[in-house]
Amino acid sequence: MSPAILLLLALGLGLAGWLAARARAWTFRRESANGRLASLPTYHAWYVALWIVLPVLVFVALWGAIAPGLVSQSVLADPAAADLPVFGFERQTILNEARAVATGAAPAVFNPQAAALVEPYRDALSHYNLIGIAVTVLIAFLGGAYAFLRLRPDFAARTKVERIVMSILLGASLVAILTTIGILASLIFETVRFFGMVSPIDFLFGTHWGPDPMANPDNPDPSRYGAVPLFWGTLFIGAIIAMIVAIPLGLMSAIYLTQYANPRLRKWIKPALEILAGVPTVVYGYFAALTIAPAIRDIALKLGVTNPSTESALAAGLVMGVMIIPFVSSMADDSITAVPQAMRDGSLAMGATTSETIRRVLVPAALPGIVAGIMLAISRAIGETMIVVMAASTAANLSANPLDRMTTVTVQIVKMLTGEGSFDHPATLSAFALGFVLFLVTLGLNFIALSVVKRYREAYD
Amino acid sequence: MTVVHDNLEPTEAKMSATDVSVFYGDKKAIDSVSIDIPTEYVTAFIGPSGCGKSTFLRTLNRMNDTIPTARVEGMIELDGQDIYRSGMDVVQLRARVGMVFQKPNPFPKSIYDNIAYGPKIHGLAEGKDELDAIVEKSLKRAGLWEEVKDRLQDSGTALSGGQQQRLCIARAIAVDPEVILMDEPCSALDPIATAKIEELIAELNGRYAIVIVTHSMQQAARVSQRTAFFHLGKMVEYGRTSDIFTNPHEKRTQDYITGRYG
Ligand SMILES: Nc1ncnc2c1ncn2[C@@H]1O[C@H](COP(=O)(O)OP(=O)(O)O)[C@@H](O)[C@H]1O
Ligand SMILES: [Mg+2]
Repeated sequence: MSPAILLLLALGLGLAGWLAARARAWTFRRESANGRLASLPTYHAWYVALWIVLPVLVFVALWGAIAPGLVSQSVLADPAAADLPVFGFERQTILNEARAVATGAAPAVFNPQAAALVEPYRDALSHYNLIGIAVTVLIAFLGGAYAFLRLRPDFAARTKVERIVMSILLGASLVAILTTIGILASLIFETVRFFGMVSPIDFLFGTHWGPDPMANPDNPDPSRYGAVPLFWGTLFIGAIIAMIVAIPLGLMSAIYLTQYANPRLRKWIKPALEILAGVPTVVYGYFAALTIAPAIRDIALKLGVTNPSTESALAAGLVMGVMIIPFVSSMADDSITAVPQAMRDGSLAMGATTSETIRRVLVPAALPGIVAGIMLAISRAIGETMIVVMAASTAANLSANPLDRMTTVTVQIVKMLTGEGSFDHPATLSAFALGFVLFLVTLGLNFIALSVVKRYREAYD
Repeated sequence: MTVVHDNLEPTEAKMSATDVSVFYGDKKAIDSVSIDIPTEYVTAFIGPSGCGKSTFLRTLNRMNDTIPTARVEGMIELDGQDIYRSGMDVVQLRARVGMVFQKPNPFPKSIYDNIAYGPKIHGLAEGKDELDAIVEKSLKRAGLWEEVKDRLQDSGTALSGGQQQRLCIARAIAVDPEVILMDEPCSALDPIATAKIEELIAELNGRYAIVIVTHSMQQAARVSQRTAFFHLGKMVEYGRTSDIFTNPHEKRTQDYITGRYG
């Protein structure tokens, strides 16, 4: 609640600074000989307002991070905290309870020890709240004063504001990059911990997957951590079965839409196809589990397969392929459309038919873009979880029979993280190693796709 | 309404257009044009831009078919046969009437495959040796062989603009056409490359019936022996190139060649 107040305060002060600076710029304007300033009054106003709000924002962010620590430190210094249990867990529960009552989030305490701490908590909170507000006002005032004193008729507020805006945008893009780096760092950290318990060789090349979250965590059985069946399941479902469906259908629909469909039809079908990409994968999962998987089983029965399972790699892969069609077709569509009309005319003028032109000129010319679309589609498919859980089971199985149950990397990540094992059990940690492998593969695919697209673009500029 | 000079030597028409009109939707772009295209002479179409030169040229190999709104009326014959008759094989027609475009448009394939493209789709070569021979012959005729014989596998798009245009001419020649249509083939090229193409046209003259659209009157004067002047969708005047430029019968032709408009 207190950061929100600080923010409102900052905005209010910023508005005041904005108005004051604009008024000041107007007086410059009135007093100057020709009635002109180096920058418009609003730029002076924004300059001052930004100098007030931005430093405060930085402070609020920092304060939000350190204030809770300061508060609980001062509570612990209180005599009533002297006989708190030493154990981290219990101690933390009591503190949290006192805190909840003090801030009004909970009506009353259960634990008598917590009751004694409510008052100190309340005191500490209001104490630090006051400090926060005071520092906010001080910073806003210092920033505002600094900026305000720099205002002159010939002050280049416009360029300064431009520069500040640029750094805000830069900051915004850094957030995404830093988050990625942070995620990657934690992934690597946990992966290294896992490989301290199970050797990477066993993990990458072992052919049996069946971590036991109840086993003694200090002495894991490496033969249960072989991830090859998962890699195979992922490849088989996402990169083989799904692509056998998605590549021809996606390509053919792109060719139809770009070369044969009349513009009115195209205006309808193209968005409709792209909507497919927005259907939640759970919905596809239902479809796979309730319709496709039983149908496949019935067909298998009729063909004389004994005892086919209701869950199969084939069901998951087929539905995943349908899900991926828009990724393939939309990239293929874009890159076929990007082939210059002159290419098409050149081929037709040689006496080629439309389909010869497509096969021999347009598709080859658009191939890099098409390949890139396929790569992105694969990386999307191997990251897919829901359909597999619902249609292909969670049982690891190293088999080339599409009618068998199979599982994939992502499914096992979920299973291991939500399993009964404690957080530092190797079974749980294996999820991070799996995630890391998936990350590397997906990154590689995207990287190849992007560089292929880039090279392709250069060809026509 | 077209003024045709009366001092022309009689020639046999390879192609002949009679009362051809072209519409884009409701808009008439070509109004009742009649002309004979001989093999002996290079025919130039000149006229201010937008007057319909490209549109008329494209009726001769039915490239207007690729524009959904375009509609052609009148009769166009190739060796006395109507090319718009039902049952006409457009694919065969375009193999007999080749086309070179304003902007060089080699396929993003190797030099070799660019030339081999037509022979392959029309099944003109049996086996690799024959195909090699066609590629070599076509490149030689287009005057490009010496420049590219050591790098036939390089991409056609990596050549210079002038070389690309000669590659496109070689590509058209490779299917052994009877007529070659060129739509401002030099407008994207520098003067040296232009000179090479003009030389090439002179060499090809007589073997193929050649029609060249150009906005440069000097070029028409250099490469052609017959000139048709187009204006606002009509063919205004047709005659020997030298006569059109020195002794035009029509005022509009006179105005155009003396630079009063266009
Ligand atoms: N695809 C088309 N659709 C509609 N109008 C066109 C099309 N192509 C050309 N035109 C029109 O037809 C007329 C003749 O064009 P064009 O044959 O390209 O002239 P030129 O080649 O002599 O410059 C112009 O008015 C042009 O706007
Ligand atoms: Mg033109």
